[in-house]
Amino acid sequence: MSEPIVSIESVSKRFTKRVDLAGKFANLLGAGLRDQVVRAVDGVSLDIRPGEVLGLVGESGCGKSTLGRMVAGIMDPTEGLIRYRGQDVAGLDGPKRREADLAIQMIFQDPMASLNPRMRIDEIVGEAPVVHGLVPAARKRDYVAEMLSRVGLDPAVMGRYPHQFSGGQRARIGIARALAVQPKVLVCDEAVAALDVSIQAQVLNLFMDLRRDLDLTYLFVSHDLGVVEHIADRVAVMYLGRIVELAPADALFTRPNHPYTQALLSEVPRLDGRKRRFTALKGEIPSPLHPPPGCHFHPRCPKAMDICREGRPPLLEVGSGHVSACRLNEVAVAD
Amino acid sequence: MSPVLEVRDLAVSFGTREGAVRAVDGVSLTVKRGEVLGLVGESGSGKSVTGLSIMGLIDAPGRITAGSIKFEGRELVGLPEKELRTLRGRRIAMIFQDPMTTLNPVLRVDTQMIEAIRAHEAVSEKAARDRAARALARVGIPSPEERLQSYPHQFSGGMRQRVAIAIALLHGPALLVADEPTTALDVTIQAQILAEVQQLCAETGTALVWVTHDLAVVAGLADRIAVMYAGRIVEDGPVDGVLDSPRHPYTAGLIGSVPSRNRRGSPLAQIPGMTPSLANLPPGCAFAPRCPRADAACRIEAPPLLAETGGRAFRCIHPLTAEGVAA
Ligand SMILES: Nc1ncnc2c1ncn2[C@@H]1O[C@H](COP(=O)(O)OP(=O)(O)O)[C@@H](O)[C@H]1O
Ligand SMILES: Nc1ncnc2c1ncn2[C@@H]1O[C@H](COP(=O)(O)OP(=O)(O)O)[C@@H](O)[C@H]1O
Ligand code: SF4
Ligand SMILES: [Mg+2]
Ligand SMILES: [Mg+2]
Repeated sequence: MSEPIVSIESVSKRFTKRVDLAGKFANLLGAGLRDQVVRAVDGVSLDIRPGEVLGLVGESGCGKSTLGRMVAGIMDPTEGLIRYRGQDVAGLDGPKRREADLAIQMIFQDPMASLNPRMRIDEIVGEAPVVHGLVPAARKRDYVAEMLSRVGLDPAVMGRYPHQFSGGQRARIGIARALAVQPKVLVCDEAVAALDVSIQAQVLNLFMDLRRDLDLTYLFVSHDLGVVEHIADRVAVMYLGRIVELAPADALFTRPNHPYTQALLSEVPRLDGRKRRFTALKGEIPSPLHPPPGCHFHPRCPKAMDICREGRPPLLEVGSGHVSACRLNEVAVAD
Repeated sequence: MSPVLEVRDLAVSFGTREGAVRAVDGVSLTVKRGEVLGLVGESGSGKSVTGLSIMGLIDAPGRITAGSIKFEGRELVGLPEKELRTLRGRRIAMIFQDPMTTLNPVLRVDTQMIEAIRAHEAVSEKAARDRAARALARVGIPSPEERLQSYPHQFSGGMRQRVAIAIALLHGPALLVADEPTTALDVTIQAQILAEVQQLCAETGTALVWVTHDLAVVAGLADRIAVMYAGRIVEDGPVDGVLDSPRHPYTAGLIGSVPSRNRRGSPLAQIPGMTPSLANLPPGCAFAPRCPRADAACRIEAPPLLAETGGRAFRCIHPLTAEGVAA
């Protein structure tokens, strides 16, 4: 098999939540509040293969965006490392770091928040490639026109400002801006979540066309399992900072192994699930400030056993290219 | 028995800088006791304005310009605010995407719930508190007596929505209008809330209007679906009929855009173009510029609502055949 294009090796990210002003007052009265540590990403290892669409799913707060940002080089890991084509990105500097940073681009959910409202489209799309010497300033207009056509926008709009576009068009502008620096990997963070279904379908089709035409690799972060099922080759499921299951998309959606994945899939509303009785997984998603010991899922898991409260369940192979971090798989082996 | 809700030819306009905008234009809906109606459409199609109209909550610059809204046979359009207020919260209730629309951030939950009970019923504070605790327990909030003493921000998003639902259902309303209450929630929390609302409405016979952009949610919840586009209901009928053999090309396009309806990795069926701006709608059928079946006739006048057997209706002069395109 070919070398991974990105390797995520035992990566963790911790955020410190400082005691706020009110807390400091409370401390004067002896409340004894301390800084708290959020383990947003907790020891994740994952390879992204060249040319694949790797889907990353999980509910809000499980660490998807944080992992995506680290892959895109916007944030460095607290522990572990991220390699791009074998090289430790955080350890690179100068032109090498720049090259790695440009090679992995991020596409965000809210194009409006990530597009400078005071810049015209030609500047938004054309600035970075000129600054980084990918195109000479004299060719900028032509280059921007090419990028806009590529994402399905009329090049004639390049003199306009972001607010003059619809949500779907702004999503396309965000994609054109990322493509302009000739990336190899796109990290899409909920990139179609804010769009209406009919517009979402258009943008998903665009992502698939670009992949074919430009040989792109995707880390596709989404809470929407239907979207990921459609677009991804492989899917990683996160729960509270950890990957609990990773499998080819087919296997994950037809034979989910981890009880969390099973619960998640059974609760996705589907067009063909008519007048069903919704039966729900119990409990809330715990806070990453105080993750439960052992398997993070055990307080909500219908199959939890005593051993689930102790130690982190390892990702074990349960099928071809299919791993799952559930103690039930160890019990099955021991039997 | 008359239906719980009967909306006829409702029209709502908003005065804007670009002139009057018809956010809702000729909407008719009927919901019977114990029935769940899914009101579906993309953003800006007029779902929320329809819901707010039913609640009598349209304020300037908006105005109901035509039509009738009958609740248990009684006309609500033009009813004095005082009479509307005695209905709201008791006989008709609404929940919103953001539960803080109905919760007061600076009051404890018990204060708000006890007030909501005593606004409509002469009961002692003690009795009201007991009832509030039971209402919280019914929507799946653990240790309700304790949680009653919390402020709204001390709850998670999902729990806060549950509190709003508990308040909405306090008086066992005949009609609940739910405007995307699970849109901001994770799937496991959404499923919990759908399960609870489904059960509670079944117990009390409450009629439910569930507003959403998510066809899949109403597929699992609703008895009937009404699809909105640019302020009009373009298709209406029983869930199975509408989803399995849509007659209106927009409904068909919407269903086709749902990823799970497509083969993995193949291009998604897509509706070309953008959702129209209400300020300059084309003459004729508002969907014509995006419609694969449109011809010159479609651009002349807005298609009337054509009723069919089986409780189905649609606004299209070139409908898909009854066998439909659904796979
Ligand atoms: N910059 C930050 N500072 C503090 N906490 C953060 C920060 N970014 C994310 N977190 C916390 O890390 C956890 C994971 O967040 P995130 O990666 O955004 O999850 P997801 O994208 O899956 O919703 C959450 O508990 C979140 O509150
Ligand atoms: N307060 C308002 N002022 C002006 N126009 C409004 C207002 N509220 C709604 N509208 C108009 O009504 C249309 C429909 O809005 P809404 O019912 O909220 O759509 P939906 O809930 O389907 O997304 C909007 O596109 C907008 O043009
Ligand atoms: S390890 Fe235990 S608690 Fe965790 S998912 Fe498996 S059975 Fe459930
Ligand atoms: Mg996120
Ligand atoms: Mg709305």
